[in-house]
Amino acid sequence: MTSSGHAAAADTHQNWIPLLEMATREVFELMLSCDLAPASSMDESGMDVTSMVGLAGQLCGVITVRCHQKTAVLMASKMLGLPPEKVGDHFADALGEVCNMVAGNFKNKIAGLSDGCMLSPPSVITGSNYSLHSLADSPGLQVRVLFENLPVIITLQIHR
Amino acid sequence: MPIRALIVDDSSVMRKIVERSLRQAGIDLSEVFQAGNGAEALSMLKESAVDLILCDINMPVMDGIEFIKQLPGIESAKNVPVVMITTEGSEAHVVQALSCGARGYIRKPFTPEQVKEHVVPVLAGKV
Repeated sequence: MTSSGHAAAADTHQNWIPLLEMATREVFELMLSCDLAPASSMDESGMDVTSMVGLAGQLCGVITVRCHQKTAVLMASKMLGLPPEKVGDHFADALGEVCNMVAGNFKNKIAGLSDGCMLSPPSVITGSNYSLHSLADSPGLQVRVLFENLPVIITLQIHR
Repeated sequence: MPIRALIVDDSSVMRKIVERSLRQAGIDLSEVFQAGNGAEALSMLKESAVDLILCDINMPVMDGIEFIKQLPGIESAKNVPVVMITTEGSEAHVVQALSCGARGYIRKPFTPEQVKEHVVPVLAGKV
């Protein structure tokens, strides 16, 4: 790809940020009955649960949803209709499903991607002492939101 | 009349959400069976009869499309209506699922109202 091609791709991808945010908001509104608040700045330290869904086909990359474990527990609590103390290990499954739905909802909003892009099953990493090395060749798109006043970061790393 | 439902999804959280949505939609469930993939669901159907199947598409071991292709091989289940519930919202997936025998298609994320809108006509034999 030429340098102007890279610039054009980056511009196109920046236009996807509102779609990624909309896809995220819809998942939280419909499945967790929660409105998300925008987060201009947030403390990312200690975020210890990350869910990932891979994209392959016309768009290759990975979507991640990152938060604190207590946030994932609260998500699971709302999804299951259980008090947080009864959620147990379901928090990882819940965060995986949230990421899966955000990824699916996002690709369905982009013309041509719905049919031409496949999703991997979600994977969930717990713990904060890791580095993610992706094959992405453009800067990631990031959406930062507050769920019940707790920070959540959604990132799309694009390979092409 | 109460019905027996089978919910097939690799996420246990999603299976519980689907069950709750069915109840919120006013569907009277006498029994709910759960399976984590298509192969598990086929085994379950050899032992237990159900009136409705709700099935995800992307699952390990056996996906939802393969499951509905193999469903006619089970005598007691071959006429049971299947509604797909999935993040795969493409036209191609919808067409493929419907051509393989699915009677409805719900995209995740969804509301209980959407579940009702798609499932009630299927149960009434209108789809």
